[in-house]
Amino acid sequence: MSWFEIVLLFALIMLSFSGAIVFVRIIVGPSLPDRVIAFDLIGSITIGMIALYSLTTGVESYLDAAIILSLILFLGAVAFAYYMRKSHKQ
Amino acid sequence: MIEILSAIVILTGVLFIFISSIGVIRLPDFYIRVSAITKAATLGVACIMIGVAIHYNEVSVAIKAAAIVLFLLITSPISAHIIGRAAYEDGVPLWKKTKINEFRDYKEGKLDDQTGDKDAKQGGKGEHQKGLEDDQKN
Repeated sequence: MSWFEIVLLFALIMLSFSGAIVFVRIIVGPSLPDRVIAFDLIGSITIGMIALYSLTTGVESYLDAAIILSLILFLGAVAFAYYMRKSHKQ
Repeated sequence: MIEILSAIVILTGVLFIFISSIGVIRLPDFYIRVSAITKAATLGVACIMIGVAIHYNEVSVAIKAAAIVLFLLITSPISAHIIGRAAYEDGVPLWKKTKINEFRDYKEGKLDDQTGDKDAKQGGKGEHQKGLEDDQKN
């Protein structure tokens, strides 16, 4: 195990830990937008984890999944905002 | 040499994401949390992608990483703006120490009297009102 793999492992552990911290905000979040924003951050963390996993395995095709995820996240946040405004008007 | 540079950039990005997640759990207000997520997490993911592109040292991976960073840089401020606006209209409370609420003043039309540049502000306000009316028609 080279030192670079240890660095990658440490980075993955840190990302998992921060994902767990953000998940607390999803549980306790007082309002719906808090949960949406925390979900957005978990998606960003997942993009970083996919990139680091692509480094550890050496398969660069995993980055395509990260591209798709970065687009899907935006659609999710916009859809939540749209339905929040719509339910507020009624 | 490439590995050292890549490791430094990746650890910087991971540190930014970790700081951002601490901010999500510690900051007092929804609107302040949005700023923590939008800035720090985008910068962290961008740093990780730069580190990955440095380590692979190929053009195709660099293009993919640049595409991810570009998408995040375009979509993250937009989604934060939309979510923040929807939250404000939904009545999510501000922090009690927040003093400046320019959006409320803007909606009530107070902002024009406080600033000197009247014409430009009123032009912008007219368009804004028109947009609101169009929204209500729909």
